[in-house]
Formats: sequence, C-alpha cells, structure tokens
Amino acid sequence: MSEIILDIDGKEVSAREETTILEAAQSAGIFIPTLCHHEKLNSYGACRICTVEVESRGRVSLVASCVYPVESGLIVRTRSEKIDKTRKMLLELAMAHAPDSEVLRELAQEYGADKDRFEKESSFCILCGLCVRYCAEVKGKNAVGFIDRGAKREISFIPEIAAKECWDCKECFPLCPTSYLQAAYVLTEALAFPPKSSKPASEE
Amino acid sequence: MDKDKIDQIIAKHHSDASSLIQILLEIQSVNRWLPKEAIERVSKKLKVPLDRIQHIVTFYKSFSLVPKGRHEIHVCTGTACHVRGAPRVLDTIQDLTGIKPGETDSELKFSLETVNCVGCCALGPVMVIDGEYHGKIAPANSEDVLKNYE
Amino acid sequence: MPRINSPAESEEFRKDIISKRDPNKPCISICTGTGCLALGAANVVAAFNDEIKKQGLESKVDVRETGCPGFCERGPLIVISPEEICYLQVQPEDAKEIVSQTILGKKVIERLLYVDPIEDKKITHESEIPFYKNQMRYLIGNNIKIDPKSIDDYLATGGYAALVKALFKQSPEQVVEQVKNSKLRGRGGAGFPAGIKWEFARNNPEKTKYVIVNADEGDPGAFMDRAVLEGNPFSVLEGLTIGAYAIGSHEGYIYVRQEYPLAVENVTGAIKQAEAHGFLGKNILGSGFDFTVKVHQGAGAFVCGEETSLLRSLEGKAGEATSKPPFPASKGLWGKPTNINNVETWANVPLIINQGADAFAAIGTEGSKGTKIFSLVGKVNNTGLVEVPMGITLRDIIYKIGGGIPDGKKFKAVQTGGPSGGCIPEEHLDIKVDFDELAKVGAIMGSGGMIVMDEDTCMVDVARYFLNFLTDESCGKCAPCREGVKQMHKILADISEGKAKESDLELLEQLCEVIGDASLCGLGKTAPNPVLSTLRYFRDEYEAHIKDKRCPAYVCKELISFYIDPEKCLACQICFRKCPAEAVIGGKNKIHIIDQDKCTKCGTCFEVCPSRFSAVSRLSGEPVPSPIPEEARIIVRKSKSK
Repeated sequence: MSEIILDIDGKEVSAREETTILEAAQSAGIFIPTLCHHEKLNSYGACRICTVEVESRGRVSLVASCVYPVESGLIVRTRSEKIDKTRKMLLELAMAHAPDSEVLRELAQEYGADKDRFEKESSFCILCGLCVRYCAEVKGKNAVGFIDRGAKREISFIPEIAAKECWDCKECFPLCPTSYLQAAYVLTEALAFPPKSSKPASEE
Repeated sequence: MDKDKIDQIIAKHHSDASSLIQILLEIQSVNRWLPKEAIERVSKKLKVPLDRIQHIVTFYKSFSLVPKGRHEIHVCTGTACHVRGAPRVLDTIQDLTGIKPGETDSELKFSLETVNCVGCCALGPVMVIDGEYHGKIAPANSEDVLKNYE
Repeated sequence: MPRINSPAESEEFRKDIISKRDPNKPCISICTGTGCLALGAANVVAAFNDEIKKQGLESKVDVRETGCPGFCERGPLIVISPEEICYLQVQPEDAKEIVSQTILGKKVIERLLYVDPIEDKKITHESEIPFYKNQMRYLIGNNIKIDPKSIDDYLATGGYAALVKALFKQSPEQVVEQVKNSKLRGRGGAGFPAGIKWEFARNNPEKTKYVIVNADEGDPGAFMDRAVLEGNPFSVLEGLTIGAYAIGSHEGYIYVRQEYPLAVENVTGAIKQAEAHGFLGKNILGSGFDFTVKVHQGAGAFVCGEETSLLRSLEGKAGEATSKPPFPASKGLWGKPTNINNVETWANVPLIINQGADAFAAIGTEGSKGTKIFSLVGKVNNTGLVEVPMGITLRDIIYKIGGGIPDGKKFKAVQTGGPSGGCIPEEHLDIKVDFDELAKVGAIMGSGGMIVMDEDTCMVDVARYFLNFLTDESCGKCAPCREGVKQMHKILADISEGKAKESDLELLEQLCEVIGDASLCGLGKTAPNPVLSTLRYFRDEYEAHIKDKRCPAYVCKELISFYIDPEKCLACQICFRKCPAEAVIGGKNKIHIIDQDKCTKCGTCFEVCPSRFSAVSRLSGEPVPSPIPEEARIIVRKSKSK
C-alpha cells in the first residue's frame, strides 16, 4: 500500500492508504477527542466529537476524522474556533443526558461546555453504541442492540440471550462512558430473569 | 401466526437474509401485526441475530408489534395537508376515537396513524381508512366519516 | 407474446402495433392514478365500460385507464381522442351523456369543460388549457396516452427506441459521454451531475456493479415520482437499462416506498412484460447484454431516501446512514460500485439518447438543463403536477400555471425542497427556477415539492412542522441530528406556545450551525434549512410570538382565541350546531358565546359564520373580552306579522 502525505496542524504526517485521519493523527502523536471510537471496533462516526476541518482543493469542510479516509495533500486542523464551538455544543447536548459522566466532564472543561445548557433528559445513555458494537463485533453474541429511531432510539437487551451470556461476560461494562449500560442490564435482569442460583446477589 | 405460513413466505424469498425487510413486510401484511414468535422464527430460519430484527421492526413504521384494530385510520400530515388544516383534523379524530397516533383502542375497533403524504394533495386534508380515501376532511365532517365504520 | 431478438424485430413489432391502431377510432382515456382513484375514477371507468357495452360499441370505442396527467385539482379527468377533448370532474353519471353526445354525436358537453377564470371562456382541447399550455411536458405528457399495464402503449408512443439506439449504436462509454454532455443534474434533491456519477461507477474496475432507482419520495407534498412510476413505469425501466449498460451493471433494484402500493404493482407488472418481450433479462434484444431488476419496498422511513440509508435498507438492515467517502460509486450495495439515481433522473435518460445531448441541453439555464416536474400544492388554485423548463420563474408557475391563490388571499411564501428546503417570499417570485438560483435565496430545488402558502400560514408553525417531522424521521445514529433537532423542535414548540425567551433565537441559530456542520448525512446537514429560511425572511413573526405572545397568522393554538362579537351575532345557530367540541353556548334568539375552556381552536365557527354577519373574530396577543351577562344575550326579533 502506498504512503499518503498529509498535513495535520502544520505537521507533515505520512499514512498508509485507506486509513483514517484519526488513525494518522494518533500515529503522529496528535490528540483528537473521541467518544464512540474503540480500536477493537469498526469506526462508527456517531458522536462527531472527533470532527476536524479539512481543506482540499481550496474547499474547507468539517468531517468526522474517525471515518474520513486520508488523501494526498489534505490539510487538516484538529482545533479551531469553529471546531471548538462544535465540540462544545455536542458536549452540552450529551451532558443533558449524562451530566455526571467523568469522560464528558473532562472534555467539558477543555471546551468550556456548560452541563446545564439544556434541560435534563430522562435517559442518561448517550448512544455511543460501544456496548452494542462490542457485543456484536468482538463477542458475536448480539445480547444488546438498538431499538427505534430518532430521539426515541435506545439500547435494549435481549433478555433470553442476556440471561445466558452476560453474567459471565460483562466485558462491555467498562466501555460505557455513563454507566447507563450497567443500569440497563440490572433493570433487564430484575424484570426478565433471576440471577444464577450459584451466585446469590448477597455474595457478589 | 401459523408457523408454516411464515416458512412459506421465507421460502418465497429464497431464505435470503437481504430480503429480511420484504419478508417481514409480507408477514405484517398477512397477519396485520408481528407477534414475537414470528420474529423469532424469522431470526432462526434466516440466521439473523434477534437484535437486528428487533431494531428493524421498531425502526420502520410499517411494522406493528401489537394487534391492529378492525379499521386503520391514516391521517395525512404532509406539508400540503398541513397548511390546509390537517392538525385540526388530527386533533378531532383523536378526540373522537380516544387514541393517539400509533395506538389502537381497547375494543380493537380503530388504529390511528399519521402518514406523510399519500400523493393526493389536491384533496387535502386527506384521511385514508382501510385503503379508502376521504378528501377535504375538516373537524366538522370527521365524525360523519367515522360513523360509517363499525 | 413474442420475444424480440433484434432491433429490426423491435421496429417491426412497433410498426405492427401502430398499424393495428386506427388513429381515428374514438378512445376515452381516463386517469386512474392514485389521486383520481381517490376521487372515484374506478367508478367512472366502470360506468363507461357499462355504457359502451349497453350501446354495443365495444369494437368501436376504446376505454383506456391511464397514469396521472397532473391536473389533480380537477379529477376525475378524461381525454377523448382523436379530438383531444378534455372533460374535468367527470362523475359516473356523466358516462351515458358523454358516450351519446360526444362519442356518437360529436358534440361537446359545455358543463364539463375547463373555464378560463380570467377570460371566462370555455376551453375544449387539453393542450389549450392554460394549466397545460404553459408547461413543457416531455416526461409526463405521455401519461394520458399510456395504460401503464400495457407495453404496447409504451411502444406505440416511441418507447424503447432509445434503448435500441444505445445498445446497438453506442458503446457504454459513448452513452456516459452523452449523459455528461447533456449536463443532466440529479432530480432527487442534491442535483449532482448524473453523467459524472455514472463515470465514476463506469471507471471502477470491479466486476459486480449495481444500479438503483430511488423511488422513496419521502418529501411530504411531493408526488412526482409516484406519477411517473405509476403512470409510465416503462420509461423508468428503459432509462435504468440504458444506465446499466453504460456503467456495466447487470443487476438493478427499484426501491419504492411502501406507501405507494399502485406504483409497486405497476412497475412489477412492467418488469414482467419487459422480460417477456426481451427488453429485460438475458441477452436483451439479442444484444448480448444481460440485466435483471428487482423491486424492493420501503417500510416507512423517510431517511431511506438518503442514499446510504437506502443501501443499508436494501441490505436488510435498519436505515442508518453511513459516512461518505467512500461514495456509493466506489463502495455501495454490499461494498460494490453502485449508481443510485432518482426516478425522474432515470426517466430523462431515454430523452437524452433519443434527442441527443445538445438538444436536451438547449432547454433550461446554464446551470440546470432540461425540464423539472413539480408538485404544485397547498394554497393554490390549480393543484397538481406541472412539468416546466428550468429557468421559468416562480411567478409563472404559481400564477400562470397554478392560477394564483384561492379565495382572494395574499401570497406569502412558496416552500421548496421539503424538510431540507426553504421558504421563498414574494420579493423573490421572479427568480428563475434553477438549482443555483434557488440555493442563493436560501432554498433548494429538492425533489420538486412546491408548497404555496398564503397569509393564513404561520411561518413559525411551518418551521415547527418540519422539525417535528425530522425528529420523527431522523435515524438517530449521530448526535448532532438526533439531539440537536430535538432541541430545535423544543424551542420552536416553546415559541409557538408563547413560552420562549429572546435568547432562544440565539440558541436556535447556534444549533443550526452545529447541526449543519457536524451531522453525518444530508438529512441532518439540511435540517436547519427551514428554520434558517423562515428566520431570514419572517423574523418579525418569530419576534411577535416571543415578545408579544402573538401569532400574526392566527394559527398557533396556544396564542389564539375565537370570540363572537355580541354586536354582530344574530343567533343563526350554525356555529352552535357545527362546533365539534360543543364549546358554543347558544340557543334560539340568544347571542352565542364561546366557552374558552372547552374551545379546541379548530376554527370551525370562524369558517361557518355567514359572511353577512361575520360575527366570529380571531384574537391573538390580546385578552378575550369577558362574556356579556345572561340578560344581555337575549335577542328581541322584530315581529314579522305587520
């Protein structure tokens, strides 16, 4: 595969063809914040926190660096007034759901995001999809998935599969930036199936 | 729903996983809703994970996971009908039937849905009941239209 | 049904069909598109068939059920050939008179003719009716001549000549070149040059490629594609086959929204007929080119009109958008090069091949060539589908063809581009309709929906309407669209309910910027457009709602009240009887009062109060006067006996 040369924040970066701007930046030690990205999973492009400015053939546009492929001669900026404004608002929208998330709070400090900008939402899931994608792509169990669409989108466990698989796994739990996942699992467990009799809840 | 009927529909589409949505649409059309057993059967026969089917049947509005009423009312809320007063019609229908869009009444008589443009904008506001089109609907004449449906 | 195996056989077959048709034989063409069917066209067809049978005229008169010719406001509609007499709003009871008077008696029935409102003249011939005269009906003009269930009709009007020309006289590269030179821009909304898109797919070395017809037509108020697919499905198939040949694809899909059952039926039937005759399938017309087409139904999701969502839906998944690049031309359906175009775009292809790229490009403006079908709907006299050359002005469409605004109301705005578009006010009515000109004034061409709005339309309500639509239809995958549009909708709801603050407008504008910049797909990226365009041209309405708690157009329910003026009410009792909420306190000889607690603001009383009284008024931004005391309500009528 040929090498592609691009400019990230004034630094010349070389990257393999068919890699993303995010991968190229990370390999050059340039930090771009992410929420829905994970090295074991396919890039998703849902949280848009990794948005960067790209300039190509005189045109400037904003793209998600985790999914945008590198191009020869591309000029990338990972911070700018526009990018910061964008990330600030995305964080504020996310914090309407999960104002106490550590991950979000850290980023909020950097970008001056106000966790109370928007009215509190009833669900503290930010729909990053890490749990769903991990269970599908890494574990191949599909115990948790998405349902519905738009603002009604949610994650949902399949009780029968969760009853069999999740107790001994729980590998997705540390991925969740808001601990909504754990709450959803506990709720499913309580409603749909009892814990394994060999492990009484009091001994956990 | 009859397991054989479901298998028949799946076989008609050559058990092709990409025809998943077409298969579900046919089951929905024949049975008027998608019971859990039907979804599980499709998942098993097509070897498609249950969570993907769950996503599909809640993502697409053509599917219903609960039984529908005897009469399906679709009030058009497309832009042309909207500027001609469709919201008032919808309010009136909601009052008359006691249900909101997406719901079915407790006697399983009416199911109400909104639909975005049936392509009859000249007749707007439009209401389609059991495939029958009613045009130039207004709050004043809504009750009379509904009276025709037992 | 003969299978055609060469261009020569195809021409012979066509000549044979035409020779068997007597051009002087009377034919009654009845529109049976979804719109006219909703107005009872099926009964009209039955009535004509019965009458012709009764009079023993089966071999002497043809009845043809056709696709939509566009004049939906006046359906059910028939055209009698060869004279091309056009009758409007035809009822089943009229069949007898029409057969006797017009078919046999050769006399025109005046009461069924179009009346020109300005010159008060009756117009007999279809082509002279101003609605049609001012159009350029290359795509939709044949609908009234074709029974969509008959490939013979399509062939008789010149169909499939372009496919023969492309397959046998041009190389795939030459076809691509033609489409490029025609400068055809996609008709689905974005307006990307079709030829360039085709070239990307053509040049891809992959062996397996797909072509797709996007018939998801989700914009509410737009039904152009429905009319083309229902009324002339062969034209779309022909264009698609030519495109497949040009790109090197052997498998095509037609993705039709589930809400168009008749289109699904007609195009499925057309595919079967085309296959039987050799216009589709293996070794098309003996050319050695194979191409098959399947029909896939949508399942009720507007977002599946977006090409990446459509692809995921075809793959049997939820319609979640995926990032571009890579573009479908390089990695589309199942990761293979795919070319997706809108129904109308495909229908233009046979025209380009038949006339040649230069003739096609001679129509329109520098940046937008050819014609465009618009669905002209809303507050306009002649609602229906109109096909016009690019470059015509909005004023000509709305007034010359559309006949202006009904009921003497004042024009306020015309909305184009659906939920991705914008509202254009009166000051821009003279702009030429063209992709770039519309973009300059803050709208987009979109798929062709053109919704006319008058003084009774509240522009804040329009923005709220579109945001409500988008919160429902967003796929929900990316945060800026899912969360941002929801927040914008909340603000618009607050504004229309009189609960908003001044700072909400600033927040609204900031949300517009982020959502437009950071969203994953076109739905999100263009979601701010209705808000931005209404803010640009109707900011005063927003401010009236926020500062004065007033809705100038008397639409937003929480900000309006209805009031019966006791000086004008003469207790005719009409509103009392018609009120669906039983909110009018009436009675014989008693001035009526509206119980504001029960009133649902439906406006019925305002509409039914006779104009000689005009006793019901709408209030907004001011308090409702208290009801007059009981004793003052009694009306003493002058005694009649004198």
